[in-house]
Amino acid sequence: MLTHLPILQVILPLVAAPSCLFLQKSRLSWAFTLLVSLAAFVVSALLLQQVMSEGSIRYSLGGWDAPWGIEYRIDVLNAWVLFIVTGVSTAVIAAARASVESELGASRQTIFYTLYLLCFSGLLGIVATGDVFNVFVFLEISSLSTYALIAMGRDRRALWSAFQYLVLGTIGATFILIGIGFLYMMTGTLNMLDLAERLPAVESSTAVLAAFAFILVGICLKLALFPLHLWLPNAYSSAPSIVTAFLAATATKVALYLLVRFTVTVFGIDFSLSALPLQSLFILLGLAGVFVGSAVAIYQSNIKRMFAYSSVAQIGYMIVGIGISTVAGLQATLLHLFNHALMKAALFLALAGLVLRAGGCALEDFRGLGRRMPWTMGAIAVAGASLVGMPLTAGFISKWHLIAAAIDSGFWILALLIVAGSLLSAVYVWRLIDAAYLQGPDKSLPEQGRNEAPLGILIPTWGLVLANLYFGVETSLPVTVTQAASAYLLGGAP
Amino acid sequence: MELILDITLLSLLLVTAVYIAWTRDLFAAVMLAGIYGLLSASFFMSMGAVDVAFTEAAVGAGISPLLMLSTLAICGRAQRANPQRAILALISVTVVGLLLISATLEMPAFGSPDAPAHLHVAPRYLTDSMREIGIPNVVTSVLASYRAFDTLGEVVVIFTAGLGVLSLLGLQGETLPRQVQSPMAEPSHLVLRVVGKVLVPPIMLFALYVQFHGEYGPGGGFQAGVIFAVGFILYSLVFGLDAVERIVNRSLVQALAALGVLVYGTVGVLGIVSGRNYLDYSGLAGDSVTGQHLGIIAIELGVGITVAAVMMLVFFVFSAQLVRGRVVQHAS
Amino acid sequence: MLLSALYNYWVVVLLMMTGLYMVIAQGNLIKKIIGLNVFQTSVFIFYISVGKVTGGSAPILSQLATVYSNPLPHVLILTAIVVGIATTALALALVLRIRQSYGSVEEQDILTRDSQC
Repeated sequence: MLTHLPILQVILPLVAAPSCLFLQKSRLSWAFTLLVSLAAFVVSALLLQQVMSEGSIRYSLGGWDAPWGIEYRIDVLNAWVLFIVTGVSTAVIAAARASVESELGASRQTIFYTLYLLCFSGLLGIVATGDVFNVFVFLEISSLSTYALIAMGRDRRALWSAFQYLVLGTIGATFILIGIGFLYMMTGTLNMLDLAERLPAVESSTAVLAAFAFILVGICLKLALFPLHLWLPNAYSSAPSIVTAFLAATATKVALYLLVRFTVTVFGIDFSLSALPLQSLFILLGLAGVFVGSAVAIYQSNIKRMFAYSSVAQIGYMIVGIGISTVAGLQATLLHLFNHALMKAALFLALAGLVLRAGGCALEDFRGLGRRMPWTMGAIAVAGASLVGMPLTAGFISKWHLIAAAIDSGFWILALLIVAGSLLSAVYVWRLIDAAYLQGPDKSLPEQGRNEAPLGILIPTWGLVLANLYFGVETSLPVTVTQAASAYLLGGAP
Repeated sequence: MELILDITLLSLLLVTAVYIAWTRDLFAAVMLAGIYGLLSASFFMSMGAVDVAFTEAAVGAGISPLLMLSTLAICGRAQRANPQRAILALISVTVVGLLLISATLEMPAFGSPDAPAHLHVAPRYLTDSMREIGIPNVVTSVLASYRAFDTLGEVVVIFTAGLGVLSLLGLQGETLPRQVQSPMAEPSHLVLRVVGKVLVPPIMLFALYVQFHGEYGPGGGFQAGVIFAVGFILYSLVFGLDAVERIVNRSLVQALAALGVLVYGTVGVLGIVSGRNYLDYSGLAGDSVTGQHLGIIAIELGVGITVAAVMMLVFFVFSAQLVRGRVVQHAS
Repeated sequence: MLLSALYNYWVVVLLMMTGLYMVIAQGNLIKKIIGLNVFQTSVFIFYISVGKVTGGSAPILSQLATVYSNPLPHVLILTAIVVGIATTALALALVLRIRQSYGSVEEQDILTRDSQC
């Protein structure tokens, strides 16, 4: 069975999805989804362990060798991303029951969990595959289910956000399709490794350059890289709370993975850096994302929206890491991928608890929250500290690696700007702390007693919060894996 | 001759596309989009892509205009002009277009047999598929065996879209009183009723032919699924939605949509059970060619079931919206 | 020489851009979806053109033919067509719901109604 792990990773949730539709009871479909997600997490942990000890795994689907058939190819990079996605998904779905029950009608819950599983398997399929057209197919599975999930949000803005995202997402996917077509035309293959071998022979042609540009723009639309980020805040703020937590922690990570995979593995880092002024482009756009995202976040009164803009900023940091384009820089990106998933999942799950109890998550709802919901607010405070990058939290580790990588490459100003960006995030996190602990409850409202979120939400949230603290001190797992992945990708080591 | 056909089709496509962009009558735009689909199907035909032409005709000139017309019936056919965005759009489109044109300059010539695409992976499909899989339609061999996993993904995409539509619209129509369920039916049109009744059986028969003949000629699960659904759709257009729902109710269709995906997924798992990789059908029977054959028939069946079910589901849900719209109009 | 070798691709680029123009410039949501359709269909035409081999027949093996067009782009586009119709169906369902809750399918109206409340 161990040899089939790569395909089990994807096929488990993929086949579970239609089965879930037959479960009529919503609690049953929740438990089933949780079980599937947990199983996928176990598979990914086994895969990560196998890859770390024995090197990359190849799996030919249908028994046809690549490049004639489609192959799954798991190396340290995608094993790491699979591990993050399945881990976060398990925590999110564990917290989902109460929130989904209150935000969706009873009749739509089974469909919700089915769509969730489809989205989950789509994301895993994108990460696991070694075939560029297969990427497109699974990208569409995850995208279509994401549009439907966002549209399940409570007010009508959810519909409009879903439509906007659908149009942009389809343009992005079609751009990727055009790029894949150009690549196929110039090389005759769709397999990633085969492409990497055959592209150098034709890399001077404008068709390959155009393919690179189209794939890059297509992925950046999905990634919500500044200035293509406009769909993200709308989508995150109007989707059901659980969907926001899931997407914020996984979907952008998978898009970032694709960016790394295409620039480093398929096109090769040398081509990528020489074909376009990618280094300065990524650093500039990344920094612009950091500052614009953080600055706009400060002025938001809807806190989901605030953290959505903060995601735009955090994506900026990861892009800066790729822009530095050294082993250390890429490692910082991969570390932040992990840490950001931990902090954003914790924050958005805590917000889900708040929405459940307070009915919304505007800044006014935070007044006196430290007394009304001490555990929820405590989670927001610690995860917020991690977001800012305070020492002893996971966020500190990745910021530290990023700054060290910048200084290593002689980018002193960049290092200073990263610190300045963190100060901006401290401003918006402070607004929450201030409202929750320092301002008294709103006098005009009737006195509210203690009204903590249910344990079903608190336990997974605090699990993630503790992970933020644990990985802020004991960093051996993420640092070893990301070090190996980064060295493997850039250094050509096995 | 081939050149003249090619140029004619391409210029017709261009004229149609420009007119669609220019017109402000949405009804005309939808009809022209259908023509655009039909023209591109003809173009695919002239390129030797018979399976693609079949599918594009069914989708681009069939299902897609049908759904758009149902939407128009609710939302109205007039469109407002938005002059303020035109310049921005024109600039970005020009930039992208120029990038694409410059990319074409170093492309292999159109139709050249020495293009890299024809030399690397594809030759194996043409030379070895007969020996390895044993069916003449190479497109079916690649789709259902060499790249069967893409096709599984395709079925899941269709299933996802069906569920998405259901989650958006599906749970509203059920509260309607039964007797207003069929204003779509036009009981007075005797000709329609007779022709409709006569047409449905041959359509079903044709669907079965396309389903099981896909290995030898153009066709397969997807096309068959669409045609099968069209049979029911035609019936419901003539005799009303509830006449069809008496035969297939919505929860049955929903279950069938999931079942098709499960059939496909399970056939894949049988590959693992028989000691090979996922979706490897070689071990399903005594010799590998028979195994491949069996596997392909089974997964095409899964494709057909899901596609037919989702198409019917989507159509039912859209028509229920139409009914709902009319009820609301009556009330107000 | 260049013209006869590449005119096909140039027309396809023009078709793609007409579709993309509709998506960006038009405020009517249904028109946007039609534009998206035209854009995608044009990409399909590009792929199928790539698969063309001069003098090749449809890739169904028989004794009569020796040269076939490339089957792989056909397979890819079959999948892409299905993805396209799936997207269209979902988009139209969204439009119907938007019409119900905003009372309009014009982008301008939706934006003003959202900013009012």
